[in-house]
Amino acid sequence: MRQRRSPGFWVLIGLLTLVFVAPLLWMLLTSFKPIGESQQAPPTIIPSDPTGRAYGEVLTTGGQNPVLRWFINSLVAATLHSGLVVLVASMAGYALARMEFRFKKPIFAVILATLFVPGFVFLMPNYLLMDKLAWLDTLWALVVPGAAGAFGVFFMRQFFLALPRELEEVAMIDGANAWTVFTRIILPNAKPALATLTVLSFLANWNDFIWPLYVLFSPERLTLPAGLKLLQGAYTTDYPVILTGATVASVPVLILYIFVQRYVIEGVARSGIKG
Amino acid sequence: MRGYGRATPYLFLAPYLALFLLFVVGPAIFGLWMSLHDWDFQLPGKPFVGLQNYKDLFDTQSTTAEPFWHGMRATGIFTLASVPFLVTLPLGLAVVLNRRFPGRTFFRAVFFAPYVLGVAVVGLMFRYILDTSFGVLNAFLGLFGIGEIGWTTEQPWAFASLVGMTVWWTIGFNAIIYLAGLQDIPADQYEAAELDGANRWQAFRHITVPGLRPVVTFVVTITILASANMFGQALLVTQGGPGDTTRTALMVIADTGLAQFRMGQATAMSYVLAACLAIVSLINFALLREKKS
Repeated sequence: MRQRRSPGFWVLIGLLTLVFVAPLLWMLLTSFKPIGESQQAPPTIIPSDPTGRAYGEVLTTGGQNPVLRWFINSLVAATLHSGLVVLVASMAGYALARMEFRFKKPIFAVILATLFVPGFVFLMPNYLLMDKLAWLDTLWALVVPGAAGAFGVFFMRQFFLALPRELEEVAMIDGANAWTVFTRIILPNAKPALATLTVLSFLANWNDFIWPLYVLFSPERLTLPAGLKLLQGAYTTDYPVILTGATVASVPVLILYIFVQRYVIEGVARSGIKG
Repeated sequence: MRGYGRATPYLFLAPYLALFLLFVVGPAIFGLWMSLHDWDFQLPGKPFVGLQNYKDLFDTQSTTAEPFWHGMRATGIFTLASVPFLVTLPLGLAVVLNRRFPGRTFFRAVFFAPYVLGVAVVGLMFRYILDTSFGVLNAFLGLFGIGEIGWTTEQPWAFASLVGMTVWWTIGFNAIIYLAGLQDIPADQYEAAELDGANRWQAFRHITVPGLRPVVTFVVTITILASANMFGQALLVTQGGPGDTTRTALMVIADTGLAQFRMGQATAMSYVLAACLAIVSLINFALLREKKS
């Protein structure tokens, strides 16, 4: 049953929507302006002389701003990273939710405690570790260390705790081993949680800024966010080019988000309830 | 019944635990070790100096204390200025979005959307919007006769800018957590209050607020941690300025360790900052738990 809302309520919702959409729209509109128009005061809202110049400069291959290259690097890193997170976190989460073993409580307590340790504590030692492993300036540094985070394990454990026990008991009576139960019974029933965790870890990796900024050096190996910093440095005043790069970095995550927003929002909500 | 052997749980945990030991536990311990040494990344010798790196941070005569506490101050100001907004505004938004109205799911999605963007995108977007001479914000304010404001170049506007853009970026995240908490409060409590003649404000004050207490504790804690981690916004939008006023602790740490290679001192700074945050979190939990009982 829906109630009627007053006009004041809709004005409030409308204003809020405008506040949230306007900066994104402004970024998109600016990406089609020539440099001169982007620095005009007062600014034009709709580009009076729209041009695709910035897109040409940003998306052509082999230029000094390999935005396409950065895009592919980000895509590969985020895809591999989220795959790794889902694999290790679902296995560990299953053991912590459904199996009994001696060191279960202390292991879970230590993992959980690190959720509250700020990431920067590990910045310096992890940098040295990357150096020792010869992972600096490589894909490995982007994909692997982040998968040690506690969030995925915690998230999967909470989901598995809520699954009915009968599911696995029937299979065990039939003589299936733990791995078969996990892959044939548990994982197919965990699809929504697996999808949510995939998307959340993909987004986190795609958007990460500090870590790639320090562990990557070669211009052609950067991810998009680290590349945008370079773009800003090289073109301090060419906002159409900078904002075109930012648009290229936003469009895939916004499209992904439109398709899976229900799961993303539920995932965030779930992570907070029993935090 | 158990359909698995004694080693099976450990085999399921093994891939994750290997990563956890290598990239979390190992670095945490190794970092402590580093902080007790004069660990210059570029020099061959790394002599043991005991607690000297920590002592230096509390010695006003040393070269590390001044930038570090300056950064801590910037982080503290940003945290104090941002946390009240990041805790209350999302609650207001959640209360609005918790009411039934057509398109509610759509608007939830809209208000959460900025959060899926990275700090690099948000930072560059706001740098342009906030530009003093050709930014759209000053142009808009100009329509009301408000003169040019140096959003990124003058204080207190620089802090206001950083707080404002952070609220815009992350309001949806906290709002969604509040929404989940609001939906856990049984509807019959509100119905009972209504029968007793309570108005909307009284219902909020006596049912919503106490019901949300654990969620608020969680939100306050993660928001303080996130604000203390502030880095990208200041790096991209104010570039630490004007002067050094928005150069946060994390910027100082990253600069000391990864630009000047004085990693022993930088890790000592990390642990002091982390200890401060642990104390703040514990106080926060204690305060909010006490009110409950």
